[in-house]
Amino acid sequence: MKKYLPIGSILVVFFALVAARSFLNADQKTPPLKSSTDTASSDNSSQNVSTPTPSSGGYKDGTYTGDTTDAVYGPMQVQVTIQSGKIADIKFLQYPNDNPTTLSINQQAMPILKSEAIQSQSAQVDIISTASQTSTAFKESLSSALAKAQ
Amino acid sequence: MKKHADIMGMPVTIEIVDMHAREEDCKEVFSYLRAIDEQLSPYKKTSEVEKINNREIDTIDYSPLMRKIVHLSEETKYETQGYFDIYNKGRLDPSGLVKGFAISQGAKMLAAKGYKNFFLEIAGDIQTSGTNRNGEKWAVGIRNPFQNDEIVKIVYMSGEGVATSGIYARGAHIYNPKTKKSVIDIASLTVISQDIYDADRFATAAFAMGEKGIEFINQKKDLEGYMILKNKMAIYTEGFEKYTTGK
Repeated sequence: MKKYLPIGSILVVFFALVAARSFLNADQKTPPLKSSTDTASSDNSSQNVSTPTPSSGGYKDGTYTGDTTDAVYGPMQVQVTIQSGKIADIKFLQYPNDNPTTLSINQQAMPILKSEAIQSQSAQVDIISTASQTSTAFKESLSSALAKAQ
Repeated sequence: MKKHADIMGMPVTIEIVDMHAREEDCKEVFSYLRAIDEQLSPYKKTSEVEKINNREIDTIDYSPLMRKIVHLSEETKYETQGYFDIYNKGRLDPSGLVKGFAISQGAKMLAAKGYKNFFLEIAGDIQTSGTNRNGEKWAVGIRNPFQNDEIVKIVYMSGEGVATSGIYARGAHIYNPKTKKSVIDIASLTVISQDIYDADRFATAAFAMGEKGIEFINQKKDLEGYMILKNKMAIYTEGFEKYTTGK
């Protein structure tokens, strides 16, 4: 996973979010008591569920997959998850990049590093992972001996 | 069944939890490891590596195993931007890769024999499979580089491999091929991967990068790492936490 997203990818992400928002806004135009005209004209891009209708929070809970669109650098396809009527997550199912990867806005796009002070553990373990001391000492000793032998 | 052997100058352990484990199977793995050591050890006068270093063998006469090791090493060198290098001061020393390779192959031998719950260890580098005798993930302790009898982290694994590079004594046994100097700013680096072969070679390379090594591990999707610094702080990859929770 790339640590630094190039500017092109950031633009693509921006466009994708805009595209996803407009896809969802189209649904929001449908009022709770929908008329047939509104249903007919609403842009139903959802591929796997019936027309989503907004709940009290704005959208119907569930996961919805958008169309594959052309995002200049390549194909783009998003999947949005609604919880409690709000956007909880947007996943990129297709991402215009050399290394397509599923990114989620609710995850860090870049894996982060964490730190802590080391602490002695008292629990039982089955095995211990350690740098091989035997070979370290052996190699050091051997190296010094060989150096003298030259 | 738990068996020990001393091979490559290092302690080797096989533990098989499955019922009806056969001693002959453990012996076969030990024999295989000894054969690898005979051929690839830089410390044995009769090894192929020693003969290569003494200019007794030309490249065209390398054995298939030697060719494979050299090929894997070149691949690893490329993948680590040159930080992994089996040539040290003009001498061939593939031990940074051979240990992980040998454990990986040994574990595959055990799996091929139908064993599902076991581990194979050579001096602190481990390949696990399945669960321990309590039916739980293998609990692997990471040794405190500053205090031998202490463990500072426990990881729970089932099918992953773990390798630790480090310097526990004065001096260092891994040197940075770029600066030509020994690596001394970090105490240890533990790497977890699906295959011990990857964990081992990347732990070796990343350790040579110094503190930047953990960033290298972090960027690789299938590796997680825990680096302990000289100041007794640890830096670890975000995904490493999935191994510290959930027995």
